[in-house]
Amino acid sequence: MTEEHVVKKVASITFGLLSPKHIKKMAVAKIVTPELYDKEGYPVDGGLMDIRLGVIDPGLRCKTCGGRLKECFGHFGYIEIARPVIHIKYIKIILDLLRSSCRDCGRVLASEEKITSHLALLEKLKKENNSKKMRIAIKDFTNGIKNVKKCPHCQAKQIKIKIEKPSTFLEDNRRINPIQMRARLEKIPDLDLVSLGLNPEAARPEWMVLTVLAIPPVTVRPSITLESGERSEDDLTHKLSDIVRINQRLFENINAGAPEIIIEDLWDLLQYHVTTFFDNNISQIPPARHRSGQPLKTLSQRIKSKEGRFRHNLAGKRVNYSARTVISPDSKIAYNEVGVPLLIAMDLTVPETVSEWNIKWLKEFIKNGPAIYPGANYIVTPDGKKRKITEETQEQILEELEPGYVVERHLINGDVSIFNRQPSLHRMSIMCHKIKVLPGRSFRLNPAVCTPYNADFDGDEMNLHVPQTEEARAEAELLMSVQQHIITPKNGLNVIGNIQDAITGNYLLTKEMEFTKEKAIDILMSIGVYNPTKFKKFGANVSGKEVFSALLPDDFDFIGQTRACKRCDKCLADKCKDHAYVRIKKGVMVSGLIDQATIGEENGSLIRALYAKYDENRGIKLLNDIFKLGIEILLRRGFTTAISDTDLPDKIKSKNKAVIDEAFAKVDDYIKKYKENKLEILPGMTAAETVEARIIEVLNKVRDKVGEAVIGNTSEHNSTMIMATSGGEGNVLNITQMAACIGQQVMRAKRVQNGYKDRTLTIFKRGDISPKAKGFVKDGFKKGLNPSEYFYSAMTGRDALMDTALRTPKSGYLYRRLANALQDLKVEYDYTVRDANHGIIQYEYGEDGLDVSKTDGGIINIKKIIKEVTQK
Amino acid sequence: MAKEIKIKKHELVPVHEKLSEEEKKKVFQKLNVSMSQMPAILPNDPVLENLDVKPGDLIKITRNSPTAIKSVYYRVVVYG
Repeated sequence: MTEEHVVKKVASITFGLLSPKHIKKMAVAKIVTPELYDKEGYPVDGGLMDIRLGVIDPGLRCKTCGGRLKECFGHFGYIEIARPVIHIKYIKIILDLLRSSCRDCGRVLASEEKITSHLALLEKLKKENNSKKMRIAIKDFTNGIKNVKKCPHCQAKQIKIKIEKPSTFLEDNRRINPIQMRARLEKIPDLDLVSLGLNPEAARPEWMVLTVLAIPPVTVRPSITLESGERSEDDLTHKLSDIVRINQRLFENINAGAPEIIIEDLWDLLQYHVTTFFDNNISQIPPARHRSGQPLKTLSQRIKSKEGRFRHNLAGKRVNYSARTVISPDSKIAYNEVGVPLLIAMDLTVPETVSEWNIKWLKEFIKNGPAIYPGANYIVTPDGKKRKITEETQEQILEELEPGYVVERHLINGDVSIFNRQPSLHRMSIMCHKIKVLPGRSFRLNPAVCTPYNADFDGDEMNLHVPQTEEARAEAELLMSVQQHIITPKNGLNVIGNIQDAITGNYLLTKEMEFTKEKAIDILMSIGVYNPTKFKKFGANVSGKEVFSALLPDDFDFIGQTRACKRCDKCLADKCKDHAYVRIKKGVMVSGLIDQATIGEENGSLIRALYAKYDENRGIKLLNDIFKLGIEILLRRGFTTAISDTDLPDKIKSKNKAVIDEAFAKVDDYIKKYKENKLEILPGMTAAETVEARIIEVLNKVRDKVGEAVIGNTSEHNSTMIMATSGGEGNVLNITQMAACIGQQVMRAKRVQNGYKDRTLTIFKRGDISPKAKGFVKDGFKKGLNPSEYFYSAMTGRDALMDTALRTPKSGYLYRRLANALQDLKVEYDYTVRDANHGIIQYEYGEDGLDVSKTDGGIINIKKIIKEVTQK
Repeated sequence: MAKEIKIKKHELVPVHEKLSEEEKKKVFQKLNVSMSQMPAILPNDPVLENLDVKPGDLIKITRNSPTAIKSVYYRVVVYG
C-alpha cells in the first residue's frame, strides 16, 4: 500500500496580525468567567476550561468538532477586553508609528512628494526582491520624519512622544492612554502605512492595541491530574484566569460608574496581566509568580532559549531503547562486538514476532520473566496492546501466546545494536556492533576501535541503541557495521587496524620466534584458529612466519614494505637485509616481517589487501585473528619495558657528554664574537638575531647526534626498542629523551624567552644567552633534570596543554558549522552532488566520481590491477 | 603606471565559455535539471567580460583537477 503524495511548492507566506474581527471569527466560545470547574468538577460554560475549546481527557468528545483526544486539535476562544491594552511585543512599532504620524490628522509627517518618491523607491526594490535594501530605505524614511515639528498636511503642531518603559507613552508628561493611542493609529491611512513598511491588509496598526484577546485552546495548556486526584492547571491557564478576573472587575466598575482613579488602577493591572501573559521576562516588570514563588512560564518562555520549544523539543529529542554508560577496554572481544552489562541487557528489549517456528523458543523467555536472564519484559498482542510480564500474568500469557504476538525479549549475544560517541563528527562515530552480554556495569569495546570514535577510557561514556524493526536491523547490519567502516572515505586508508601489543606481538612472532609443532598449534587453537591444511604442513619446528601464515587464506598473495624499508633505488626484494620486503605467496609468508606498516592503523597495507580480496565479514575475522594472535604471543612470551632498557655504557655516556660540551663551546664562541661585535651578520637580520639563529642551528644538531649514538648502541632485543621499531608504541626520540638528552625547549618557534628583565629565570645573570639559560635541557629523564631545566620543560608542557585546551573548542565549532552547512548534500544516482532542493553542487562527485573508500589510498592503481589480472 | 591585469589570462582562472542554445538544451537534457537548480553566476562577473552574456545563458567552465585532470562545470547567468 503506497500513499499518494501531493508535492507543492510554497509560493509565498504572509505574516500579519490577528484583527479583532478575525479573532472573533475563529473563536468558538466567549470566555466570561474566571472559574474553571463547578462543584461537581465539571468545566464551567464560558470558563477557561470550556469543553468547546477542545478535549484533554481521554474518552470525552469535543463539543465543537466531536473529535476525541488527539483527533481534535482544540479551538480558540476569546474575551472582550473592557478597556484596550497594548500588546507588549509591538511597543517598538507603535512608538515608531506614533512618532512618524500626525497627532491630529494621522498622515505620515512627510510632504506628498516625499511620500510618492519613497513609495516609488520601495516598489522598485520590491520588484528586485531586495528586502535588505527595502528595510534600510524604510528605516531611513522613518528616522527622517520622527522629529518633524509641524504636520506638512494639516499644519498641526507635533509634540515629542516619550516612552516610559515598559508600556507607558508620554506626550509633554501627559499620558497617552491606549484608547487615544488606538484612535491615532486608526487614523493613519493605508497608503501611508505602506511607506512605513506595513502591509495594511495583513497588519493594521490599531490591531496592536488589543480590544479582544484570543484564548488558546485547552490542548495548548492541558491540566494534569496529580496522584492525589487534585488537578493542577497549566501556567497559561493561571495567567488567563487572572486576566479574565481583572477584566470582569473592570467591567463591573465601569458599569457602576466608579471613580476614574479606581478604573485606571484596574486598567493598569489588566495591562500588567496581559503583558506577562505574552512575556513574563520583561525588564522593569516584576515577573508574575506562582504561590510557591517560581515565575510563571508564559508564551514567550515556551518558545525562547535552551529549554524552549526550538532548542529543547525540536532540535533536541530523546530516544527510547537506548542506554548510556562508561566504557572500558576488553581486548578479548571482537572488533565488531560491544560488551553490554547484564543490567542493561535485561532492561533493553528486542521485539520478536511469534511464528510457529520460534514459539517454543520465545516461550522460554516468557517463562524466565523480567527478573531472570534471558527473559522477556513485555508482550504485544495482535491488536496492539502492550502487556507487562509479571509473575501473575506469566501463566496466562504463556497460554494465549500464538503466532502474531510480539515478545519483547532481553538482549542476547549476537543482537544488533548501534554504538555511538559524541561528538559525532564522522560517519564512523556511530557504528553497528554485535551485542555480547557481560558482567559488570560498563560497556566494553575492543581498544582498537577507539580511533574512529576518538574514545579513551578516562571516564568516557557512550550510547547504545537497539533497532526495533527488521528493516532497521538489516540496514544497521549491512550499512553501519564496524567492518563496513574500516576504510575511511577521507583518504582510502584503514582507520581501524592493530594497535600496541598486537603489533609488537606479531612483529616478534614473524621476526624471530620459533615453536615446537605442539606449541604452535596450541597457540593457534587458543585464539580460535583451526586450519588443518596449514597444520599438516608444520614440521617439528614451526617458525613464527608459519604460525602467522596459518591465519591467512590459501589463495592470498601480497607484496608490501615494512617501516624499515629505505626505498632503495634497486630493491633486493626477498633478500632485503632489513627484512623490509614482505611477501606472501599462496597464503604463506615467504619473507619480511609484520609491523605497523602492514597491520597498523592508517598504514595497514596487508589489512587493505585482505579487505580488497575478500568481503568485509571475512576481512574483520582475519583482522580479529591477527589482533588476538599478537596479544596471545606477547602474553605467552612475556614482555616488559624496564628502566634498564635506557641504560647506556660509560663509553657512550662520555661520548654524548663530549658532543654536548663541543656544542656548548661552539655556542660560547658565537656569544663571544657577538659581544665583541665580530660576528658575521646574516642578511636581513640584526646581530642579536644572527647569534640566536646560529645558536639554534648548533643546538638542534645536538639531540640528533646524541640520539644516533643512543640508538646505535641500543640492542634490537631491547623491549623499548622493539616497541619503537615495530611501531607498537613510542619512537626513537622517546628513547633518546629517556636515556640521554631531552634537548632544547621551544616556545613559539623560539628558545625560551625572558620572563624577567633580560633573563629567563632569576638564577641567571642578566643578558645570559647561553644554552642553559635559554631552555636547553642537557640530561635525560632517567638521570633527571635540574630545577631550571625542570621549569623549562614545565613551561613547554603547560604551553602545549593550553594550546590544545584553547584550540579544541574553536576548531570543533568551526567543523560543526561546516558539517551543518553540508549536512543534506547527497550523491544522486547520476553521480551529481545535490542539496535538499535538488540544486546542483557538483556535476560529478569530487570531480572524478570516485568513492574514496573503495580506492587504493585515494587513487585507482591501474598498474597494480593489470599486474594482478595478468598474473592469473 | 599600473599595469592592467587580465584576470582571464591568470593560470588559476579556469576557461569560461558561453554555450549556444543548442548545446545548452543538450546539457539540460543530459542532467535533467531546471535552470533554477543550477549553480549561478552574476552577469557582471569579471570572467564573463567580452562574452556578451545575458541572464539565462549557460556558461561552461573547464577546470583543472588533480584527480580527474579536467572537470566540467556549468553555471547559469542570473539577474544581477
